[in-house]
Amino acid sequence: MEAILDTYKTTKLEDVKVWFKAASVNDFPIDGGACVKYKGKQIAVFNFERLGKWYACQNVCPHKMEMVLSRGMIGDDKGAPKVACPLHKKTFSLENGENLNGDIDAIATYPVKIEDDLVYIGFTE
Amino acid sequence: MKTIIVVGNGMVGYKFCEKFVSQDGSKDFKITVFGEEPRPAYDRVHLSEFFESQDAKALEMAPRSWYEENGVELITDERVSDINRTDKKITTAKDREFSYDYLVMATGSSPFVPPIKGVEKEGVFVYRTIEDLEGMLAYAAKLNKEKPNARAAVLGGGLLGLEAGKAVLDMGLEPHIVEFAPKLMPRQLDSRSSQVLKQKLESIGLNIHLSKATNQILGDEAITGMEFGEDDRLDVDMLIISAGIRPRDELAKACGLDVGVRGGIVVDNTMKTSDDSIYAIGEIALYNQMIYGLVAPGYDMADVAAKQILGNTDAVMPDDIDMSTKLKLIGVDVASFGEPFMPASKGHSIIFENKTQYLYKRINVSLDGKSLLGGILVGDASDYNMLHQVYLNGMAIPEDPAQLILPASDGASAFGDVTDLPDEAQVCSCESVTKGQICAAIENGEATDVAGVVSCTKAGTGCGGCKPMVTDLTNATLKSLGIEVKEGVCEHFDLNRQDLYKIIQVKEYTTFNEVLDNHGNGGHGCELCKPLIASLMATINADTANKEYAIQDSNDRFLANIQRNGTYSVVPRVPGGEITPDKLIALGEIAKKYDLYTKVTGGVRIDLFGATLNQLPLIWKELISHGFESGHAYGKSLRTVKTCVGSTWCRYGMDESVSFGIELENRYRGIRAPHKIKGGVSGCIRECAEARGKDFGLIAVEGGWNLYVGGNGGATPRHAELLAEQIDNETVIKYLDRYLMFYMRTAKPLQRTAAWQERLEGGLDYLKEVIIDDKLGIVEDLEKEMQTLVNKFECEWTQAINDPEMMKRFSHFVNSEDDDDNLVFVPMRDQKMPEPWN
Ligand SMILES: Cc1cc2nc3c(=O)[nH]c(=O)nc-3n(C[C@H](O)[C@H](O)[C@H](O)COP(=O)(O)OP(=O)(O)OC[C@H]3O[C@@H](n4cnc5c(N)ncnc54)[C@H](O)[C@@H]3O)c2cc1C
Ligand code: SF4
Ligand code: FES
Repeated sequence: MEAILDTYKTTKLEDVKVWFKAASVNDFPIDGGACVKYKGKQIAVFNFERLGKWYACQNVCPHKMEMVLSRGMIGDDKGAPKVACPLHKKTFSLENGENLNGDIDAIATYPVKIEDDLVYIGFTE
Repeated sequence: MKTIIVVGNGMVGYKFCEKFVSQDGSKDFKITVFGEEPRPAYDRVHLSEFFESQDAKALEMAPRSWYEENGVELITDERVSDINRTDKKITTAKDREFSYDYLVMATGSSPFVPPIKGVEKEGVFVYRTIEDLEGMLAYAAKLNKEKPNARAAVLGGGLLGLEAGKAVLDMGLEPHIVEFAPKLMPRQLDSRSSQVLKQKLESIGLNIHLSKATNQILGDEAITGMEFGEDDRLDVDMLIISAGIRPRDELAKACGLDVGVRGGIVVDNTMKTSDDSIYAIGEIALYNQMIYGLVAPGYDMADVAAKQILGNTDAVMPDDIDMSTKLKLIGVDVASFGEPFMPASKGHSIIFENKTQYLYKRINVSLDGKSLLGGILVGDASDYNMLHQVYLNGMAIPEDPAQLILPASDGASAFGDVTDLPDEAQVCSCESVTKGQICAAIENGEATDVAGVVSCTKAGTGCGGCKPMVTDLTNATLKSLGIEVKEGVCEHFDLNRQDLYKIIQVKEYTTFNEVLDNHGNGGHGCELCKPLIASLMATINADTANKEYAIQDSNDRFLANIQRNGTYSVVPRVPGGEITPDKLIALGEIAKKYDLYTKVTGGVRIDLFGATLNQLPLIWKELISHGFESGHAYGKSLRTVKTCVGSTWCRYGMDESVSFGIELENRYRGIRAPHKIKGGVSGCIRECAEARGKDFGLIAVEGGWNLYVGGNGGATPRHAELLAEQIDNETVIKYLDRYLMFYMRTAKPLQRTAAWQERLEGGLDYLKEVIIDDKLGIVEDLEKEMQTLVNKFECEWTQAINDPEMMKRFSHFVNSEDDDDNLVFVPMRDQKMPEPWN
């Protein structure tokens, strides 16, 4: 189980080696998310339109190891953007991945860039 | 610097330290506490919670660090074994010696174990410490493994014994209560109430044996049974003894302190023993020739002793000690206060009894009819706090005291308001907090909400029974100060559901952002307010959940119920539970094709589990082609209307329950409500459809239908209440339209009809006035709004599969047609299930 978690490591913008072209901007719901497949990884990508920002994180929820976060609802916790897992409503910061309403492990986050209405996610490999 | 030694770190010993260090002058003393148990003092009153939580830390009165921070030396796991009064020294079991200037005895009591032959056998327990409970849990687990129907008995049918009985039930064993006296709770209840309680307990599965004297515990090494008379035996595999308490006065006796004939250290009203340097508090202290087996008097004693040692000689114990109690059993209300039994020479008793509802209420009123002397409540103790206050404060009672226990005809409370209580009224007896203190905490700005009041006054931190009253007082005080009580739905809105409903309706909003930008607090919403507003807009604008799907709750977003591995279950509507063989076959074929786990639900429908996101639309296309539609099992909306077969087939049926059930289910399908709604229709009073356990229920009777509302199964079962009798189909629909719409307009988020109705001011009578007599002049609107919802119904799955834009949602990946490759299923009785979580 934990092996799944090992495949997801927070990636900083300066460490990005590959920008993966995932899909078109229109494929994502407004103020919601969808899941992107990249080399055996599942990445949840969110179009936070109210903030004018995009976020990406692992799709697996560290609580019960299910691939569900992309189906979670987004919003903010005192201003900090977050996603709530659809299974038990654990919430995670989209900025740094921290669990905001408990003490389970943080999730890995990834940089996103938009060019020509296309969504790219940054990976180190 | 003087030294105080406290012997015993139980609830009261701890409370002494807490009270002591908070007083002026306490810095001139050094306190050392000895506890025989391995851990710091814990909340014994809530010991039973350990069965569920198994979290000893959660029960701690204060963490070890508290003692350090407050300069109290805590030595646990070390029993005091001797007291030398002449030299003012104690010796511990580890042979260490300590000197004292003052000694405080807080050794509490131990369970009384009657000298029955065989009590030492394996499987016999007492119920006092965390270690006792750990032992029971381990033993019960062993029994459950070895024996499918293991039984456990509790010896003693008092307050504690019944609590233990419930614990046995929760441990999965068959519970038996064995009581020596001819009635349960002999100290608190009269015979009739005890009889009512017995029936109630039997109805939840406890077996009660009264007037049984146990001669012998049977078995070789481990207990196998109890013997009462020659041929009178009960086979049991475990026994919990709860036959009373004995003060732990062995130390006191050995050093020659005055003790009572039946135990306990004699104290005066300053808590001093026969030795001027020694105090005794809690369950060890014999005051007024009584041992008070309750925590509240113990806390008062701790306070008196602390003040006395610090030289405040005015602090003394009152002569009269309130012994009112409320049983903490979940699901059964029992309470007694003041003088529960009273000789006829002292006053009159007024008794209300309804055996069919396991209800018994008795109040004792003075001969002049002016004051309340005591009483007993079984089955419904919701008025306990208020009655208790009336009794404690000698408040005036109505001219007809029966109003205090009889349901008032106009729905108004006979008590008046919490704000009418005198300032000195003790609201929290565990922590001795008065109404005045609670109000002051708010008035001087220390607290601004209930949590604040609790943390600065400590009210409600003991047994917790006063919490509702603390809440009412807090809200009333805030209101009187002109402070609006915040009941916003989350950090993004200060408005409650009802206000949001009105705003959306009046301003005709259709998107979440409009509502948030115009009425929110500047944030971006969250998982609380988004689904709520989605549901409100669905109700007000007669929309389906396909509108703005990103703000819909987990299930509504994908029109299916998300299950533990992130796959979904599919439940098509089967109105009234009536289904043709062809449709049944179609369901089977589809389930087989997609390899879905299949089960009949509690609401008599068929649930297909294990569908992936990608499969959902495929499955639904097939279901729809066979004439099915969404069953809304995923929504906070109407689930099923369960029906019995009724007069169509049943020889007892008075009316066509199936036909009417189908009509109602089809009428209310798809409407979005604060929570799910279930209905039931039975063809006669035999009630095979269990309609009274539903949000709305109909029972066919001579001359029409009886309409019941506000019932619930689930965690807090509640029977629906009779709204109208012998009405025809048309009137049923009229009243139901009004009822449901009124509920949808005014309930709190995620509040079922049962909870809503229970908290409705004015109760059922008020509801009747609104729904039937149109007191608020709104029924026409209610009916119109409901009719709009009915007319605009559309199956949201049909909507979804016919719209390519909507279909994009049902794909696990945006950039691939693959399914989630993380899913693992394992076999389960010829079907499959998700791999269990570890
Ligand atoms: C299951 C259960 C439910 C209860 N429910 C309620 C309720 O609903 N309401 C209510 O008011 N009361 C209730 N009670 C009673 C309440 O818990 C007691 O009144 C209260 O705990 C008494 O406190 P105490 O400090 O006097 O005694 P205890 O809490 O028994 O503490 C005494 C401590 O002293 C220690 N000790 C004894 N001798 C020595 C020694 N020589 N040296 C060192 N340490 C020693 C003991 O090990 C013990 O830890 C309940 C009790 C139980 C067991
Ligand atoms: S409730 Fe009455 S009509 Fe319906 S099945 Fe039972 S006995 Fe027959
Ligand atoms: S699996 Fe995400 S919160 Fe439980």
